[in-house]
Amino acid sequence: MARLLLEEVSVSIGGAPIVKDLALAVEAGQVVGLIGPNGSGKTTALRCVYRALRPTGGAVWIDGEDLSRMPLRDSARRIAALTQEGRADLDFTVEEVVALGRAPHLRGNQALSARERELCRQAMAQMEVLHLAGRGVLSLSGGERQRVLVARALVQEPQVLVLDEPTNHLDLHHQIRLLSMLKGSGLSVLVTLHDLNLAASACDRLAVLSHGTLVACGPPAQVLTEELLREAFGVEASVVPHPLTGTPQVLYGLGTVTTSKGTPE
Amino acid sequence: MRTMPEPPPATTFAMPLIVTLLAGVLALSVLLAIGLGAAAVPPGETLRFLWAAVTGGSITAEEVTAYQIIWQVRTPRVLLAVLVGAGLSVVGVAIQAMVRNALADPYVLGVSSGASAGAVLVSVTGALTALGIYAVSAGAFLGALLVSALVYLASRGAGGLTPLRLVLTGVAMAFGFQAVMSLIVYFVPDGESTSTVLFWSMGGFGAATWGALPVVAVVTAVTVVALRRFARNLDVLALGDETSVSLGVDTVRLRKGLFVLTSLATGAMVAVSGAIGFVGLVMPHLVRLWTGAAHVRVLTIAPLAGAIFMVWADLVARTLVAPRELPLGVITALVGVPVFVVLLRRRGYLFGGR
Repeated sequence: MARLLLEEVSVSIGGAPIVKDLALAVEAGQVVGLIGPNGSGKTTALRCVYRALRPTGGAVWIDGEDLSRMPLRDSARRIAALTQEGRADLDFTVEEVVALGRAPHLRGNQALSARERELCRQAMAQMEVLHLAGRGVLSLSGGERQRVLVARALVQEPQVLVLDEPTNHLDLHHQIRLLSMLKGSGLSVLVTLHDLNLAASACDRLAVLSHGTLVACGPPAQVLTEELLREAFGVEASVVPHPLTGTPQVLYGLGTVTTSKGTPE
Repeated sequence: MRTMPEPPPATTFAMPLIVTLLAGVLALSVLLAIGLGAAAVPPGETLRFLWAAVTGGSITAEEVTAYQIIWQVRTPRVLLAVLVGAGLSVVGVAIQAMVRNALADPYVLGVSSGASAGAVLVSVTGALTALGIYAVSAGAFLGALLVSALVYLASRGAGGLTPLRLVLTGVAMAFGFQAVMSLIVYFVPDGESTSTVLFWSMGGFGAATWGALPVVAVVTAVTVVALRRFARNLDVLALGDETSVSLGVDTVRLRKGLFVLTSLATGAMVAVSGAIGFVGLVMPHLVRLWTGAAHVRVLTIAPLAGAIFMVWADLVARTLVAPRELPLGVITALVGVPVFVVLLRRRGYLFGGR
């Protein structure tokens, strides 16, 4: 298992700072949730990890190796990503898309080995899409497609898994299933989530971004406070311990929105 | 844990069998197409003439005319149709993947209008005379390269060649070079320039010679082999640029490579046969309907299917109203459009949308 370290990562796009000096560590086997309001820089931070973006300052390290000095294929063998790109251009079958997760491990058009095909089968079974194996991906529902893409990332056999809003389009059953799978996977996981209650249950640590700056980081019980929700999200909410598990849960009703400090005026 | 229903059996696509079958159909089509025409020669005779030509065998004096039609006129023509049909089909597949657009074809980046403008310019000014009969083709090739270079420079940006910018720049360039071509014809309105324009914008294999074949053969072979080698990368590219990077595919480099390869190939094909429309747009879709989307299958079947289609389209073009010849682009469109529309409607075919 690997340790992922974002060291003072800054990203400016067209002169505008999107992420400022972000320092964040994902210890081996930990699940770290990146939360924050829209436009706070969560996706941008993740893009630096799966290398769609090169930080303008700072560096991303995996087990003491600088990502920017690593060939793309090498980092793709260690870091898998679920991006916000939902749709493929072409109507591949589910099976074919999942198998493409092996791309960084294979040369040219080399066929999948028996072990790799079994790996694909297991990943599809784990994400409950095995029955869709022969279906075209373009005819799937949003949630089904999302699960196929997670299976594809798992097949990559990464040490680090980066997921951008993985619960998008998923029904409650699959949201809970996915997050408990992440928790039990033993992988180092960096995940952005909008559902704070799910984030509190699933993540070992939460990191809160606001205007590109890390404003809080720690175990959910320390991070998720009524003050933080007011400051970062502009929401008046009550935080109570879950009656069964004790993890902090956020309760809110309509009419609890304050003038937000979390969104630009 | 819920029990999982067994997945439906994966679509088995008996590749070697189908490739063998298509190769057989192609060989047969070539033989028939060489024999058929204004002066029809039975397949047996055709084979005998071809054999004599290859082995240096002898034929009788009264067979000389038929022999020459077969060997000097029709064989290079049909072989050129094979090469260009195969080449346009695979380039179409690659371009659609590169610009992520179902409407793209080998000419979407303006290559054909550049080639036409180059050819017309050479034919009216008499430039490049040192190249003899290849002068106009060379002009077309240079025009194609010029447009490609311009499109490349204009659509280059921080994130490499972005798909949308490529398409928009290409379309704009095409308009620009069409205007240049019209301008030349306007100022030099002789029959020569008009027929050059007509030939290059409709395409055809009427000018095929043995001399031009080796170059096109090499270009087509290299293109087919190279693109097929990158089949999995093209699959990955279709999942989106962000995902591609996360799967270790350098999209910036891949697009650059695809751009250079497809531009050279299209330029070479346009230089010898003009801009034969429709094949490079429709063949990729037809093949995908049959084989599914995976590029390793598409890029294996597309060259064979494209070659067969082109041989028959050319045969129809030169025999339908013989001894006159119809422009090839007319035939490819007249045959291709209805087939395409019917197939699209009949099967649930999706390309980036419903």
